Amino acid sequence: MKLLAFGKIAEIIGKQEIEIENFPNTDILVGYLQQQYPALKDLKFSIAIDKKQVNGNVSITTGAEVALLPPFSGG
Amino acid sequence: MDRFERQYILPGFGPASQQKLRKTSVLIIGAGGLGCPALLYLSAAGIGKIGIIDGDLVSLSNLNRQVLFGKEDLGKNKAESAAEIIQKKYDDIEVEAIPYFLTKENILGIIQNYDLILDGSDNFPTRYLVNDACLIAGKPLVFGAIYQHEGQVAIFNAKGRHSINYRDLYPIPPSAREVPNCNETGVLGVLPGIIGTWMAAECIKYLTGYGDSLEDKMLFYDLLNHNSYQVQLAKNPDREQNRPKNHSELQTMDYQDFCGLSAQTDWEVALSLLRNTNQSVLVDVRELGEQPELVDIDHIQIALADLPNSRSQLASFQNILLFCQSGSRSLKAVDMLKSQFPDKNIQSVEGGILRYLFD
Repeated sequence: MKLLAFGKIAEIIGKQEIEIENFPNTDILVGYLQQQYPALKDLKFSIAIDKKQVNGNVSITTGAEVALLPPFSGG
Repeated sequence: MDRFERQYILPGFGPASQQKLRKTSVLIIGAGGLGCPALLYLSAAGIGKIGIIDGDLVSLSNLNRQVLFGKEDLGKNKAESAAEIIQKKYDDIEVEAIPYFLTKENILGIIQNYDLILDGSDNFPTRYLVNDACLIAGKPLVFGAIYQHEGQVAIFNAKGRHSINYRDLYPIPPSAREVPNCNETGVLGVLPGIIGTWMAAECIKYLTGYGDSLEDKMLFYDLLNHNSYQVQLAKNPDREQNRPKNHSELQTMDYQDFCGLSAQTDWEVALSLLRNTNQSVLVDVRELGEQPELVDIDHIQIALADLPNSRSQLASFQNILLFCQSGSRSLKAVDMLKSQFPDKNIQSVEGGILRYLFD
């Protein structure tokens, strides 16, 4: 699957786009990412799968594109 | 021929769309990096009435991105200065300057006079306040925000409760310090130029039905590589959590506290902030000469009544720690400063100097 990251999340992960192994659902994916990048634990973000926002724990189909969308405040 | 000819001869736009713009009013929140380009294009496009609210003054470090202003505007109120510049350019539209900071007390009275709200503010407490007030007042909200080299734009609340709002995306607010703003991390002026112009475009499209608007969608943009990403937003079951539903509930919200900026702290935390970062300042808000004096910690003195005029002394600090005799005036002082500095950590030290000296 493809992971897209924006804003501070991309800074923490070090890339805006990475290919990673498939995860069955968003909770497991987020848990894995927080373990790999502990700084993510302090951040709020929304999740989209294939360009649609999802809420709660949602299953991820093989080859999906998951995006982590942090809030920006600047103006 | 008039000054709008080039847009009403545009196929699909036409004189009827121009009439709609003429009959519409838009409130621009913040005459900053986003507000300046939005204001330039909305006034050029012939929006009938434009309001600009901003209590801040133009400073030198604003000029790389707040392109309405120049050297001669330094020290002037942004809303008044912007309104004057725009009114001078175009005398066929109405421009209202609202030279104050937006607060939960004044917001509903202000937004009710406008058809569409454009949020170009620069901090989370204000963004949630604007979102919530637009929901209560039933106003569509064009949202835009930036972070370093990225931006995001969306239209919220276009169809009241059937629509998406900011709380669908982020029902639990980030702490105000979780994501730094441009004052802290820097920004190239062209980024808010692009995003603010997109916000103006979304206003025009939404008001006239020209093209597909970003209603219930969010568009991300990255200046470094021109990548963009558009996401269809969805209702979040947690959207109603902590949301004020009416005027009186809005008045009881503490948006600073909601975004992790609590109004009080104790001496231990205050002293550690003062030791560990040069972005902290300790302020004695008592009258000059009040006893006992604080002698062993660096601090400045600004009496409570002088706080509204002390912006320049405090603007460079991220943590503003206030104390008085026993902690009640300093708590009032927090309230006075919050609307001026919505994203700073402004705290009253509990128990005041008496607790410091005698506990």
